Amino acid sequence: MRQVQTPPVPHAQGEPGPDRPEPPSRAARGAGQGLRRSDRRFGYWAIAPAVVLLLAITAFPLLYNLWDSFHHVDYLNPSTLGKFAGLGNYKALVTNNLFVPSLERTLGFTAVSVVVELVIGMALALALNQRFRGRGLVRAAVFIPWAVPTVVSGMLWKSMFDPQTGFVNYILTVLHLPLAHATWLDGTYTGWAAILIADAWRNTPFMAILLLAGLQVIPAELYEAARLDGASVWKAFRHVTLPMLKPALMVALIFRTLSSFLIFDVISAMTSGGPGTSTQALAYLNWQAIIQDSNFGFAAAISVALMIMTLIIAAGYLRIFRPDYTR
Amino acid sequence: MTVSTMAASGRSRAGASVSVRRRPPWARRARKGARRAAFYALLGVFVVVSLFPFYWIVVTSLKTNAEISRGTTSLLPSHVTWANYVTDFTKEDFLRPLLNSLIVASATTAITVVVASLAGYALARTAMRGKTMFQGFFLVAGFFPVIAMVGPLFIVYRDLNLLNNLVGLAFAYLIYSIPLATWFLANFFSQMPRELEEAATVDGASRLRALRSVIAPIAVPGIFTIAILSFIFCWNDYLIAVSFVTNPGTFTAPLAIIGLGESQYQTFYNLIDAAVVIVTLPIALIVILAQRRIISGLTAGAVKS
Repeated sequence: MRQVQTPPVPHAQGEPGPDRPEPPSRAARGAGQGLRRSDRRFGYWAIAPAVVLLLAITAFPLLYNLWDSFHHVDYLNPSTLGKFAGLGNYKALVTNNLFVPSLERTLGFTAVSVVVELVIGMALALALNQRFRGRGLVRAAVFIPWAVPTVVSGMLWKSMFDPQTGFVNYILTVLHLPLAHATWLDGTYTGWAAILIADAWRNTPFMAILLLAGLQVIPAELYEAARLDGASVWKAFRHVTLPMLKPALMVALIFRTLSSFLIFDVISAMTSGGPGTSTQALAYLNWQAIIQDSNFGFAAAISVALMIMTLIIAAGYLRIFRPDYTR
Repeated sequence: MTVSTMAASGRSRAGASVSVRRRPPWARRARKGARRAAFYALLGVFVVVSLFPFYWIVVTSLKTNAEISRGTTSLLPSHVTWANYVTDFTKEDFLRPLLNSLIVASATTAITVVVASLAGYALARTAMRGKTMFQGFFLVAGFFPVIAMVGPLFIVYRDLNLLNNLVGLAFAYLIYSIPLATWFLANFFSQMPRELEEAATVDGASRLRALRSVIAPIAVPGIFTIAILSFIFCWNDYLIAVSFVTNPGTFTAPLAIIGLGESQYQTFYNLIDAAVVIVTLPIALIVILAQRRIISGLTAGAVKS
């Protein structure tokens, strides 16, 4: 079978474009440089508000967290407030039995939810990429869960999972299925299952929409070529669809992985991290350390760890999906 | 695999017939019919799973307290009542949080539109240096974990008296909107014809005036897209509101839903679900009406990158 390849992307840099202007005369250049300088100055002024605002809500908290994480900032323990703590807060991350189990739960949930959303989202995107009557309506229908605020989707599913007044146990009873009398949110695994369903129901449409956008820009000629080569449907998917879908896949996976990794709203609405701490994800632990325990030093150490792990995840995807024209 | 089977069969119907040429035509038709049925069944499952929870929420919101206490016995409400909506708006004072959400989301959206238009234009159209660096900054800021803002901003807000304050919320919400808006608008401006603004500047208009009177009118669709998305993202927030707001008068709508309808003996899901309907309805309408724009805004980065 002939390998179907993605068209090589020419390097735009350094190639003389057809619309590249002639070098201007010296006098014109002088005037042009003046214009250019004012243009440049205008650019800086125009970008400044956005940059300043964003620095204030990202770079500033980043630095503040770094400082806090090396100090005692525990408002319930005022005697040490503001004193240098060295690596004390980071040591607490490893030793105090809150962070490491929470990290394991969060990573587990992230892996499961991303795979589930990827598989269902891909199926949904492939289905919506077909031509059929009423496609616009179906696309609108499956996209609507995304309009529900995440915390509200948590409340919605909490209501669905309620043992007395909910739908889930009712339908399980009617169909004589197991778990019909489960108190879902009171168990560790059933609690996580409920959280997963609420999260996937709300966010899979987002995954599907991103993948669908990627599918729609794949030229039909490539499938034609694969067909002429006698490629099976699976081979066409594997060697045409997947490689062409790479950019969309990367963006969708980065978005969904990071937001699963930082899950907060759904847990807050459904289980508040319980029973005990068994559904307490990292963002929830971080929030509790701030709002409930007023231990800003420890919270800052968690935040710094979260920021580093966020960077690692994003960089990991960029590496996996880095453009590869050699094959 | 049903789906990707369908994916190729749409495009390569002729090719599929090569391999099944030896079968009689009726068998081929039956096979095709079965595939089609499976495809529509799959679509049906997707649609039902997406929409059924809405049906359930609406039905529950129309139930009386007595019916809620009895538990679920049917998929239909036995006695339809609007009382829960009335209670939400009167006794629970749900109008206030709705207004608060509307105010904060609108304020953040207004700031975002101005600030991100300017920044997007600067990135797309001026000769400023360090564009790659700035673009990288906006990208990284877009992935900044919001929870990491909460601790530091809490301390600053406490000292500046911005806790329980809608201004404080609107400022923090910029993390949701500015990065994506700037990226999207930079992309949008770079695709607009350059001649227009050149004509305007030759006419002696200042750069800012050209931007306002010549560029802005053509940029309306892009700006509109960004405004809708930024509004939805802000309406969606829970983490920032639950961290910086404790006073019920300043609650946003998602915050007010939590803790609604809880009593000592039982949770009144009819009240909660009425509120769920109230909070979701405006955004659901926006999403249905402006679906094309929203999707183009969300996917702008996914297709190009």
